[in-house]
Amino acid sequence: MSNFFTMLADPNMRWIFFGCMLLGLSSGVIGSFTYLRKQSLVGDTLAHAALPGICIAFMLTGVKSIGIFLIGATLAGIVATFGIGYITRHSRLKQDAALGIVLSSFFGLGIVLLTFIQHGDYGNQAGLDKFLFGQAAAMVGSDVMTMSVMSAFLVTICALLFKQFKLISFDPGFAKGLGYNVGLLEQLLMLLVVVAVVAGVQAVGVVLIAALLITPAVSARYWTNRLGTMIILSGAFGALSGALGTWISSSVSNLPTGPVTVLAATAVFVLSVLLGPERGLLAKRILQARVKRSFLKENEVLHTASGERMKGETAG
Amino acid sequence: MSISNAIPGASAAATQGASPLAINGLSVAYQKKPVLRGVTFEVNEGELIGVIGPNGAGKSTMIKAALGLIPAIGGEVLVYGKSLKSQRRLIGYVPQRESVDWDFPTNALDVVLMGTYGRLGWYRRPGAKEKAFALDCLSKVGMADFADRQISQLSGGQQQRVFLARALVQDAKLYFMDEPFAGVDAATEKAIITLLQELKRQGKTVIVVHHDLATVKQYFDSVLLLNVELQAFGPTETTFTQEQLQHTYGGRLSFLDPGSLAVSGAGGGGGRP
Amino acid sequence: MSDFWILLTGSLVAACCGIVGVFLVLRKIAMIGDAISHSVMPGIVIAFLISGTRDSLVMMFAALLFGLLTTFLIGLFQRSGIQSDASIGVVFTALFAIGVILVSLFARQVHLDQDAILYGEIAFVHWNLWEVGGVSMGPKAVWLLGVTLIVIAAVIGLFYKQFKLCAFDPALAAAIGIPVALFHYMLMGLVSMATVSSFESVGAILVVGMLIIPASTAYLLTDRLGMMISLSIAVGVASTFAGYGASIILDASIAGCIVCAAGLLFVAAFLLSPSHGLISRRLRQRKLAAETTANGARAV
Repeated sequence: MSNFFTMLADPNMRWIFFGCMLLGLSSGVIGSFTYLRKQSLVGDTLAHAALPGICIAFMLTGVKSIGIFLIGATLAGIVATFGIGYITRHSRLKQDAALGIVLSSFFGLGIVLLTFIQHGDYGNQAGLDKFLFGQAAAMVGSDVMTMSVMSAFLVTICALLFKQFKLISFDPGFAKGLGYNVGLLEQLLMLLVVVAVVAGVQAVGVVLIAALLITPAVSARYWTNRLGTMIILSGAFGALSGALGTWISSSVSNLPTGPVTVLAATAVFVLSVLLGPERGLLAKRILQARVKRSFLKENEVLHTASGERMKGETAG
Repeated sequence: MSISNAIPGASAAATQGASPLAINGLSVAYQKKPVLRGVTFEVNEGELIGVIGPNGAGKSTMIKAALGLIPAIGGEVLVYGKSLKSQRRLIGYVPQRESVDWDFPTNALDVVLMGTYGRLGWYRRPGAKEKAFALDCLSKVGMADFADRQISQLSGGQQQRVFLARALVQDAKLYFMDEPFAGVDAATEKAIITLLQELKRQGKTVIVVHHDLATVKQYFDSVLLLNVELQAFGPTETTFTQEQLQHTYGGRLSFLDPGSLAVSGAGGGGGRP
Repeated sequence: MSDFWILLTGSLVAACCGIVGVFLVLRKIAMIGDAISHSVMPGIVIAFLISGTRDSLVMMFAALLFGLLTTFLIGLFQRSGIQSDASIGVVFTALFAIGVILVSLFARQVHLDQDAILYGEIAFVHWNLWEVGGVSMGPKAVWLLGVTLIVIAAVIGLFYKQFKLCAFDPALAAAIGIPVALFHYMLMGLVSMATVSSFESVGAILVVGMLIIPASTAYLLTDRLGMMISLSIAVGVASTFAGYGASIILDASIAGCIVCAAGLLFVAAFLLSPSHGLISRRLRQRKLAAETTANGARAV
């Protein structure tokens, strides 16, 4: 615990710590919507697809700035989303294959560009590969500021458009009937995912940022059946993971932040799977046993009543 | 069927006397919800049996549980007096047409040949004999000209007939068919019913999940009325009555006239949870 | 000579991944390939830390174990009510994170750095030779991939009809007594083997490209399963040759270029395939529309 306070004593680390918490919070919130829209792996694909966008942005400008990366990643994300939709609509391939194709070819391109940058004359290239797994401790004040502002922006948009996002997650057809521009809202949600990916790229990295979008949301689903509660919980789980990830990775040398954050989120997930009321494994086991027992008892009564022979209960 | 000797395990002795299918206390539950409760019945050999009931009554579930495709929480299934496992070769199955991906890269003949996989064992592949038999079965359902056709290019009715040909190739004694009449054209419906009659003539037993109440009397020897629990089971004449149907469907049945029955609020689809 | 070994290695990767990839795509579980290719990583690192060698057999065993564990966990969470894509996402990110952490903590012992994980070391494949009694037998990776290919071809060849039926109609497969779960895990085992053999050459993330892209490309070119498998391998090998050529010209990552080449071949098939391509289908539609209007005009 003592190194926790040493960390907080360092003003830069303090900023990073709160920035990562905010990042976890915002991606947890967005992830709830993508989970309910059954698009969890779209987040993963967009995260991988951001890599070539970031590389191209860097190659064109030669500047390592989160704002410029955001533009590059957003454009790449839009192309990727379009590609996934185009493949599934215009061929007999299903969404899973489309995701895999887009993910790996974009990432392949990203790696080609990354080696370009490493071999080429791009001067200030050092550290671009940190974007793959994230290194929160390497962030400077302005990076943290940008990340925090972006995260706050995401949470605000989600709060403002809660009603609309809820509807397009649950029943897009009905939303259309109400006169919402569903296509635009869906695009906006995708855009927010891209923003979350870019916001998290320095702290968590493109390879694992998807976990911050998926795992807290899935964990939250175990505890509640209400969307509002689920989003708050998911945000809280995300924030907790971000905090733990930053703290642990900053106290052990050589430890990238992304994987530690992901494991913190996974720990929360495992607890949720085991202990969640109603949906948790434990609760389910108990319920199953109870249902089975009551059925068997009922059957026994039935059989003895009608005087039928019993042959034991071998499941077919 | 031309080569019933293709099933080594199906000696006459093994199948004599016992009922083709005896189900005792079969129960299935998804989570808290019971979908099938204490179903007990025994079918007679050589009959066409219709399984009737409203949506969500557990018709498909019953077939799947009887085949061991989904776990039952209790109950026993006997096929010709023995456990299901040892008698799989005697069983033919026609799943719902929507249960498979028709974009799969294969042609009609190939799908029919899949019916032989059960008796070919682990390593053998279908050879010339199986191919000839499969073609024979395809022509029985009027699809011989489509043997080489990619399956996604077939109409719904044609796909259903390919499935039936595949069941014929299985050369079983007891057939389960899950809504074979759903969404097919008139020609296919006629082809299916001719086929069912032919199977019956050969002494096979066929259990069919069916939706269209208007045709029940015409098609089936016996009916099994199901709504989570078994409501009634017996010869169509005495069991398929207004009173029993009202009982099975609750208030959801509206009679237009005794000849043609219609169900309100119970459209297509199987009884999945 | 190095060109030869690199191309041979790449082609073997293409063949291993191409065969199992077909079944992943047909069963609509392509992203499970993505998951397995990430989650064998901790297996490889743990095997290395325990055994202290980069012995291929030990690594293969560990990777198999983790591949099956991944499949099992995904299935477990799915059955407990989580959507399949979310359970895939949770499982592979967690396992991959463990792998990356182990690499970072034990970087000095492991000799597996993050670059190798991402890009693979196909350029150095001819440096890592297998020697028997002082006689060089050729690159280790080639032997490993060759054995893997033989195992994959043997298993799929022997149980072709079971894999086919399990992919097309698992309900019927179960009804006629084929152990569907066994064949599912067998396929996943083969995917894990293909992944770990390819891992050192092309890197964790690009393996998934070789699993999914050539198989998807083949799916757009043919209506026969056997043909689809052959085409999938062919597309993968073609990508290897084109990609390697491009990487020399561009002085860029070989693995990255191979996957990009595969992506371009996919786009070509997507547009130009005679049976399922966008252009031919558009043309057919136009022709049909023209015929209908012509018939309509005649009727009037």
